[in-house]
Amino acid sequence: MKDLYNAQRMMRNMRKMALQKGAIALLDVGSSKITCLILRFDGEVRPSDLVDAQALSSAVGTQGVGPNFARQALFRIIGASTTKSRGVGFGQIEVMNETERAIRTVVQAAQKMANLKVDQAIACFSGAEPRSYGLVGETQVRESFVSEQDLARVFAACHMPDLGISRDVLHAQPVNFVLDARTGLSDPRGQSGTRLACDMHLLTVETNAIQNLAYCIKRCDLELAGVASSAYLSGLSSLVEDEQELGAACIDMGGGTTGVSIFVKKHMIYADSVTMGGDHISSDISKGLQVPLAMAERIKNMHGGVQATGMDDREMIAISGDSGDWDKDRRQISRTELIGIIRPRVEEILEETRARLDAAGFEHLPSQQIVLTGGAAQLPGMDGLAGKILGPRVRLGRPMRINGLPQALTGSAFSSIVGACLFAVQPQDEWWDFDVPSERYPAHSLKRALKWFGDNW
Amino acid sequence: MQPLIAPKRHQNNPSARRDPAPSRGSYRLQRFLLNPWVQVFLRLGVPILIITLPFAVYFSDTARRTAAMTFVQEMKHTIEERPEYQVTLMSIDGASPELTDGVRRALALELPISSFHIDLAALRAQIENLDAVAHADLRINTGILQVSISERAPALVWRLQDGLQLLDATGRRLALLRARTDRMDLPLIAGEGANLAAQEALRLLMVAGPLSPRLRGLVRVGARRWDMVLDRGQRILLPQNDPENALKRLIALDQAQSLLARDVPVIDLRITARPVLQLSPQALEVLRRKNDNLSVGTKL
Repeated sequence: MKDLYNAQRMMRNMRKMALQKGAIALLDVGSSKITCLILRFDGEVRPSDLVDAQALSSAVGTQGVGPNFARQALFRIIGASTTKSRGVGFGQIEVMNETERAIRTVVQAAQKMANLKVDQAIACFSGAEPRSYGLVGETQVRESFVSEQDLARVFAACHMPDLGISRDVLHAQPVNFVLDARTGLSDPRGQSGTRLACDMHLLTVETNAIQNLAYCIKRCDLELAGVASSAYLSGLSSLVEDEQELGAACIDMGGGTTGVSIFVKKHMIYADSVTMGGDHISSDISKGLQVPLAMAERIKNMHGGVQATGMDDREMIAISGDSGDWDKDRRQISRTELIGIIRPRVEEILEETRARLDAAGFEHLPSQQIVLTGGAAQLPGMDGLAGKILGPRVRLGRPMRINGLPQALTGSAFSSIVGACLFAVQPQDEWWDFDVPSERYPAHSLKRALKWFGDNW
Repeated sequence: MQPLIAPKRHQNNPSARRDPAPSRGSYRLQRFLLNPWVQVFLRLGVPILIITLPFAVYFSDTARRTAAMTFVQEMKHTIEERPEYQVTLMSIDGASPELTDGVRRALALELPISSFHIDLAALRAQIENLDAVAHADLRINTGILQVSISERAPALVWRLQDGLQLLDATGRRLALLRARTDRMDLPLIAGEGANLAAQEALRLLMVAGPLSPRLRGLVRVGARRWDMVLDRGQRILLPQNDPENALKRLIALDQAQSLLARDVPVIDLRITARPVLQLSPQALEVLRRKNDNLSVGTKL
């Protein structure tokens, strides 16, 4: 746990350095595409607001998640590039070498566009079997009012579940504070009370996935300034403020995985991923129609859908090929047949997602808005089908607009990289942004000795 | 009809295309080139280097360097020697013939000469160094060097042990004078340091207007005060301070009682409150006799 704390603090320092330098790279390592954005911080970024962890912790909840439009002038995207990903499957790295080459491609292109060299990168990925835990901690307030040290102790008092073998904490965000009988506090510091409790959301992923990603990024001469879950970042960028406040689920339908994140009170309280996505639909089409994967992908994008109508029987799709066999190269299928291939897979994905939402207790939230985003959500009729399976309140989400983002990158497939911009500019307070309890902090022993001296003499 | 020669597979198959990923080397090179100092070097340093390097290489050989220098010198020489730039004459205005000769001798220009080789400021300084020249204007006017000189006006003749010199009103030495008779119009002064008090001498001479028919000159005594010398060896010893007023008083006395017409060789005005008359021995004798007669007369 100490190692995690140090590693995360080191990444925070990297991020601080990048803020001072004025530029940072954001990497979305997805199963179907790898995207790199280069963010320039311009305008006066008040360091007390953004850089200092203490100040970050000063506004738990109020400053944390919500898309704060006033802050948008502070950064601008000056480089953007995206490429077809190689060596990534199910949201995690499968072939290191290929992934490294793909990352190099996007970073080089983005740097060329920005005409700037970046040294720090924030990466996000969707796979690696994320698991959510809700932790509860409780402690007595030492003095009459809640201090930083009390917060540190209440975090330390959280009961840590058994994470399993080789799993690492990706996010650990305090989402709620309880002081005596009052709950729903965002920042209890300075308030008087006797018993302080907190709820924390912990997200763990497989250690190997993070290590592989860190290694690939290091091989590209970049320093890792933060790692985040794609499901979380998609939620940050696609959910509007009231949805984040009242409770909503963001379903990021990517290529290899479908990420699920649930937000309430502007905090993520649950994240999970279904290891099925748009690539599986393409692969179904490829198998069903006996066509290459690239052509299946193209047919899905051009003619795909999930709701067949009578019109679709008459709409014939030509399937060309270069096998040399005339009959095979001149086949035609109706769009209904294509939908017949696509729809079962989409239903499977959505039902799996439904199961995850049920497991998370989504039906207990005050508002049950569901936002579909990601590349696969662009299939026509997807919102109608999702409405039948997931619940009545479904909408298609697009990422919020940010300065300098190229038009080609404003689609819903890029919601997680846009969320990474928000994450880079205003990261939510995580556990490691707060103090370590002084009982566990040897560097404070001299201070405590002096305090003892002062108290007793 | 299908062509007999099938199209090559890899042209159509996108998966067989060249991998767009940059190699590690080119990635690093690009990142290196994006360093700010590298960019500055590429934008400024490289063009400068490209421009200067051929010259540097070419002129690293001594023979080429000397050849180039010679070429430049020759070009310079040809331009300088063009007839348009030749100065063939020097005309000197506003100077007496002696001074004109003196200026020509001082400058010692070997005409014709190229105007590029004439340093007008230096020539002017050289001319103004001459004692008789107050200031000089030089200009080159289509092959003619025109020198306009304004001469200093001589105001005094200063007698020294080894000869006579002309001084201007400020006491500056102008020229040697062969004989006093050459410039009888100018007053004469003498004595050590007389030139330094030339202006005072001129003022005294102006005050001494009524005496001018009899005036021989002024003598500086001890570089401190003036003696006015009249004919018949008569001498007026003027005080160091305010000699003009002392002289004015003496002139007034002379006009009232014609003091200077009497046999008084020295009138000592050095102490203003107590002027002293020195009589000649003959006058003293006459005075004594007269006094005796008077005293006899009174006795009688």
